[in-house]
Amino acid sequence: MAKINSLEELRKLRDQAKESMTARSGEAKVRIRASMGTVGIAGGAREVLKAIIDELEKRNFHEVEIIEGGSMGLDKEEPVIVVERDGFQTTYGKVQPEMARQIVAQHVINGQIISEWVIARNKQ
Amino acid sequence: MKELSLNILDILENSVHAGATRIHLLLQEFLEKKDFLGFTIVDNGKGMDQAMVDSLFDPFTTTSSTKTVGLGLPLLKQEAEMCDGGAQIQSKPGIGTTVSFWFQHTHIDRPPLGDIVSTVLMMYAVHSDIEFIFTHEVEDRTFEVSTTDLKEVFQDVPINNPTILQGIESFLLENKKQLYGGKQYG
Repeated sequence: MAKINSLEELRKLRDQAKESMTARSGEAKVRIRASMGTVGIAGGAREVLKAIIDELEKRNFHEVEIIEGGSMGLDKEEPVIVVERDGFQTTYGKVQPEMARQIVAQHVINGQIISEWVIARNKQ
Repeated sequence: MKELSLNILDILENSVHAGATRIHLLLQEFLEKKDFLGFTIVDNGKGMDQAMVDSLFDPFTTTSSTKTVGLGLPLLKQEAEMCDGGAQIQSKPGIGTTVSFWFQHTHIDRPPLGDIVSTVLMMYAVHSDIEFIFTHEVEDRTFEVSTTDLKEVFQDVPINNPTILQGIESFLLENKKQLYGGKQYG
C-alpha cells in the first residue's frame, strides 16, 4: 500500500473499498469477538487483532464484523478470540498472531474449525 | 505492560466500559523546552465517586469479577513516580473521568512509548461507534484526528473495514514520522 499522509489521500481508498464491498456482498457474515481486558492486552490481544485485520485485508474478505468482547472471564486463556459463524460460537484460547492468521484463513473465511486450539464451542 | 501504548489502550478500554461516547487521548512529548512525556485521557463515561477514585491506585481494587488484584493503574503510577513523573485521576459521577500520567522523557527507567499507532487503530477498529479524538503534540507541532474526521472521509464505507483500517494505519504512521521530524522520541 502506498504511503498515505493526508485525509485527501485516504479519500481515494474509500472508492477502492467501496468497489470491493459491492463486488463481494454475497459472502457469509462472520463476527469475530476479541477480548481487550487488561490481561488480554498484556498477553498480546492488540497484535492478534492487527494480524486478523491484516489477513482479512490480504484475502480481500470484508464481510466480517470485529467487535470487542471485554474480558470473558478466561484470564488463563488470554488472548481469547471468538468466531461466530454458521450458528456456532467457537472460542480459541492463547491465540498468537500467527495462529490468528490461520484462524482467519481456515475458519473465518472457509468455515473449517481448527479443533486443537478450540477451548469452547456453543450453539448461538 | 511492556510499553506505555498498551497501558494507554487498557485505560481507553476502561473508558469504553464506563459507557463513554466520547474519548479524547492527548499525548505530549517534549525534549527541547522541557523533558516531558505525558498522556491524558478524558471521557464522558459514567464517572466515579471520590471513594472509588481514591481506591484506584490500591492494587486490591478491581471491577473484574474473576480476579481479585488489578495491577494496571497502581503499577503504572509507581513507574511514573520512579521517572520523576506522576499520576492523577479526576472523576465526577454522571460527567466523566480524566486520567493523566507523566514521566521525565529521558529518564533511564521510563518504559518505551511503543506502538501508539496500533493502540489508536484499535479504537477505530473495534469502537467505531465512539467519538475518539487523538491529539499528539511533539514540541510545537500537533497532529489530531477524530472518528468524525474519518467518517466524513469514508461516508458509507465503515471505518472498521480492513482495507480502510490499513489506510488509516498508514495515515497515522506517516503523520507520526512528520511529527517526530527525524528525531528520536517515543
